[in-house]
Amino acid sequence: MKSQNIKVLSVVVALAALAIIVPNSNSFVILLTTRALALSILVMSVDVLLGYTGLPSLGQAAYLGVGAYVTAILATRYQFGLGYDFWIVALLGICFSAALAAVFGLLAIRATGVYFLMITLALGQCAWGLAYRWNSLTGGDNGINLRARPKFGIDLANEVTFFYLVFGFFAVSLLLMYTLVRSPFGRSLMGIRERELRMKILGYNTWLHKYLAFIIAGGFGGLAGVLWAHTAGIVSPENVVLTTSVDALLMAVLGGAGTLVGGVIGAMIVFGLREYLSTLVPWWQYVLGAVYVLTILYLPTGLMGIPQRIRQRRTLMGRRNEMKKIATVTS
Amino acid sequence: MNADGGCPALELRGLSKSFGGLAAVRGVTLTVMPGQRKAIIGPNGAGKTTLFNLITGILPASSGQVMLFGQDVTKWPSHRRTALGMARTFQVTSLFPRLTVLDNVLLAIEGLRPTKFVMWRFLSSYRDVYEKAHGLLERARFLDRKDTEVRYLSHGEQRQLEIVVGLASDPKILLLDEPAAGLSSGESSEMIQFLAQLDRSLAILLIEHDMDVVFDVAEHISVLHFGQVLEAGPAEQIRRSEKVQQIYLGTG
Repeated sequence: MKSQNIKVLSVVVALAALAIIVPNSNSFVILLTTRALALSILVMSVDVLLGYTGLPSLGQAAYLGVGAYVTAILATRYQFGLGYDFWIVALLGICFSAALAAVFGLLAIRATGVYFLMITLALGQCAWGLAYRWNSLTGGDNGINLRARPKFGIDLANEVTFFYLVFGFFAVSLLLMYTLVRSPFGRSLMGIRERELRMKILGYNTWLHKYLAFIIAGGFGGLAGVLWAHTAGIVSPENVVLTTSVDALLMAVLGGAGTLVGGVIGAMIVFGLREYLSTLVPWWQYVLGAVYVLTILYLPTGLMGIPQRIRQRRTLMGRRNEMKKIATVTS
Repeated sequence: MNADGGCPALELRGLSKSFGGLAAVRGVTLTVMPGQRKAIIGPNGAGKTTLFNLITGILPASSGQVMLFGQDVTKWPSHRRTALGMARTFQVTSLFPRLTVLDNVLLAIEGLRPTKFVMWRFLSSYRDVYEKAHGLLERARFLDRKDTEVRYLSHGEQRQLEIVVGLASDPKILLLDEPAAGLSSGESSEMIQFLAQLDRSLAILLIEHDMDVVFDVAEHISVLHFGQVLEAGPAEQIRRSEKVQQIYLGTG
């Protein structure tokens, strides 16, 4: 119980530090952090599925896409969502994505493991296909340029103001998802991850629990998309492509699945590495690949799992030393 | 034999299951009255666990009926059957290995409560659920290990916890699938004691190979052989039956 309080406290402190330090840095850092935070919401939604429910979704970019396209289409065609109605757009983005997840979930939830992975991948590619081919609505390959960010009392064109907005959404999302995973429902997801059959026998309609989790994750993905549209200023099929889904999944694994904040750390590291390395060397993608491979090989519990591994090693070393002592004494 | 005349806790009517050409369970008819303790014995591959999977809804029945407290549940999914007051344990321990002992029991308690869908409130704020879990763990003498992850428990402890988790939903009938599987003789006599102190109003249907456990727990035994009930009757009668001895109890 106590160690949990310490963990929560350290996350709060880290976030507070982030909120203070970043706005005082240069605009590149602000932009990068804003992007990472927006995508972190998507990564956390992946983690709710992967880390807590045991469902490796490889189609999460579809929900980001829906949120982003809803925002972009409403803004460019109907000039909607550029004032206080931005909040309505945010809500719409969440609802549309959740609705898409509700449809996709009907197809995907019956599968588990690799099959779930493949079905979500296929469905995600369908969403990408729509974004790419439905020229009249999505602008096809060119995507949609958002000319301005919303203005309501505050001007979001200002990078710092916009950072705070994204940060706020991120913090609220983290809080909501944290409450979710600690709730009775969240615990039921962990039970399903561990042993679904037993959960059925204990009286849980496991299909429904997974379905609800899938829809919720979709909704958060949509929110990430709404923020992403205004962060990047352009929405294109690039955002919905498989790579985005893979990135989100790998960020969650890199940070540590089943921790929520691990995904945020993963997102920060990947964004940082990508942006800095790409200015230094042309083969930066190999570095990123190596990071992924090494993590999966040597840190299957992700970066968040490091403290526990150190603790384990220490007790192991302690025991070994004791054994040695006993051995020398007895000999 | 059990003349209280009420409706049976569990009734199987000509229950069958075939996998392709293989008839694993063939026309099994069986009644368990409330509070009654019955055992199913039979050699490996007799269809005992398949029968349990039919009763709990893990597998669909090919034909026949499963009646639970007077209701035809043959087509029901597992979780709805559990809600009627049925619980089971598994031959191969099926706990949640990376969750703590306490979490395992909490999940088992929450299974039949509508609060299992609550997403906006911490589980730890549900006082009554925690108190009940503590009570269960205390009675089973698990309280000192409540924060241990289940994968670090010994096999014997896991077998016991398996039953505690089964009991957490306050079932009226408990299906035990080889509770003593893989236990040493000392552990299995502990298991017998553990089963003996369970509430007498709880009906039990037991699958077991350990004959000490069977004769101590059950008053009535059905013998399953190649998916069919070969013989059924009071424990003493089965013990003396020649046919049963031939296929199962010693000479085989």
